[in-house]
Amino acid sequence: MKVVVCVKQIPDPADPGALDPETKTLRRNVKLILDESDSYGVEMALQLVDAAGEGSVHLVSMVPNDEVSGLRTALAMGADSATLISDEALAGSDALGTSRVLAAAIERAEPDLVLAATESSDGYTGVVPAQVAELLGLPSVTFAKEIAVEGSTATVRRQTEAGADLVECPLPAVVSVTAGVVEPRYPSFRGIMQAKNKPVDQLKIADLGIAAERVGWAGAGQEITDVAEAPERAAGEVVVDEGDAHERIVAFLDELKVI
Amino acid sequence: MTLDKIWVFCEAGDDGVATITLEMLAKAREVAGTVEVFCGGDGAACAAELGDHGVATVHATGDLDGRMKGVSVASAVAAAISDGSVAAPDAFLLGTTYDGRDVAARLSVKLDVSVLSNVVDLRLDGDRLVGVEPVFGGTLNVTSRFTDGGPDIWLVRPKSFEPAAVGGPPAEVVDLPVPDLGTTGGAVVRDRFTEESEGPKLDEAAIVVSGGRGLGAAEAYSMIEGLAKQLGAAPGASRAIVDAGWVPYSYQVGQTGKVVKPTVYIACGISGATQHLVGMKGSKNIIAINKDSEAPIFAVADLGIVGDVHKVLPKLTEALEGR
Repeated sequence: MKVVVCVKQIPDPADPGALDPETKTLRRNVKLILDESDSYGVEMALQLVDAAGEGSVHLVSMVPNDEVSGLRTALAMGADSATLISDEALAGSDALGTSRVLAAAIERAEPDLVLAATESSDGYTGVVPAQVAELLGLPSVTFAKEIAVEGSTATVRRQTEAGADLVECPLPAVVSVTAGVVEPRYPSFRGIMQAKNKPVDQLKIADLGIAAERVGWAGAGQEITDVAEAPERAAGEVVVDEGDAHERIVAFLDELKVI
Repeated sequence: MTLDKIWVFCEAGDDGVATITLEMLAKAREVAGTVEVFCGGDGAACAAELGDHGVATVHATGDLDGRMKGVSVASAVAAAISDGSVAAPDAFLLGTTYDGRDVAARLSVKLDVSVLSNVVDLRLDGDRLVGVEPVFGGTLNVTSRFTDGGPDIWLVRPKSFEPAAVGGPPAEVVDLPVPDLGTTGGAVVRDRFTEESEGPKLDEAAIVVSGGRGLGAAEAYSMIEGLAKQLGAAPGASRAIVDAGWVPYSYQVGQTGKVVKPTVYIACGISGATQHLVGMKGSKNIIAINKDSEAPIFAVADLGIVGDVHKVLPKLTEALEGR
């Protein structure tokens, strides 16, 4: 079973940088790391291949520069190989431009199953997995809480507003996984050493037959017109607990007439 | 100057039309002359309530027979536009929900247009819509518009607008046939489970009690549930403990997760990462309990308690018993 996992390298959420006032987009000249949301997809893929008894896990990712450190993290977890579409023309891509590139790279890998996070932790548009599926003509199941694969069928427990749906889906298919569904393993020292020698195939968009005007700024069907500071919320009273802070909370709730 | 026509994606449950749908309808009526609704499923059940909210027409697929809503509805809309049975609207509004995102994503590929997500405000700028999205934990508001000629596809965050009934006759239900989905339609729902939760829903509760990493262990989340039950509140969570697998994703309040705006939000052992703040900063009143007096959560709290949740919460729950 060949599983492709879409992963994104993002600025560290603890230090996300700033918006570039010129281009009004996130500055990405900071160091990029593996989006933590993607570690669940990688772990899920490793577990599914393990359960199947055979197969491989291949990563697909894109960046406007040559950054690979986030990919190495996922390779160190145990993924076998990666395709990195690294092209300056990708800067400024919207979700659809991103999906066009990922879909083209995924198609070449001919996977049985494509996994992704439900949304990235920086752009969080939440539409890329289903866009990729539509571009590839595949079924998709988003917001998976559990996945099991039996032969050429995936059974997915999908989060819904009311609870969960049990969905049966023929492979190949695209499935997006929510955070917390599995416990991502920490890369071992051996894994980190091995990751350095795992194949990372670097491509340009031309290698995928994608025209530059379909991605990046040129291909994005949207533009930012304004960036403004949001109104600050004023801080209130801060009390150090001396064993009776709960009484202060009760009094506060009383004032609000909610108890 | 208003838009000619907006289509709003309608979601409904056992208790009628979803609040997010009614919220979007109120905004759509402000900016467009005609507001119509499209939905995956039975339109007749919602026709009266939608009419009351100013909708004249419901385009409904009818029962999907277990097929996934995203691909079914998007394919039906694209087919209807393509064969000329309906005119494309100026804009589609969909909620940032499980199914709303699927429909928007598939539709964007079929119509080859962009999507803007996480919008919390929409307004007319000349004869076009612009949308506002909060970034960096809600410290900055980014305003965007489409440049690809449309139709626009906007994914709207719940709680962004106030629903407003205007009275009106039941909406007319128009058939929106789902075409042959081919390989894209392979996924089928075999069973549905309702998670029995006592008390109110997270995004509709008047009080929300959320727990974070400061709880120390998954078992300690029972303190959050205990307090929530005592207050008739909904329990919530920070991303950290969802990632850790202590509670399901559906509990998550934040940028990736639900946006809540209750009367009172009680953050317990939550430091206040920007990821979390964007999901709860709109609460009318915020109470925070955290050991670290430097925690960013205190910058937005109306009442901050510097203390140990393991000591404060049991006493608080006990004090509220019998009230």
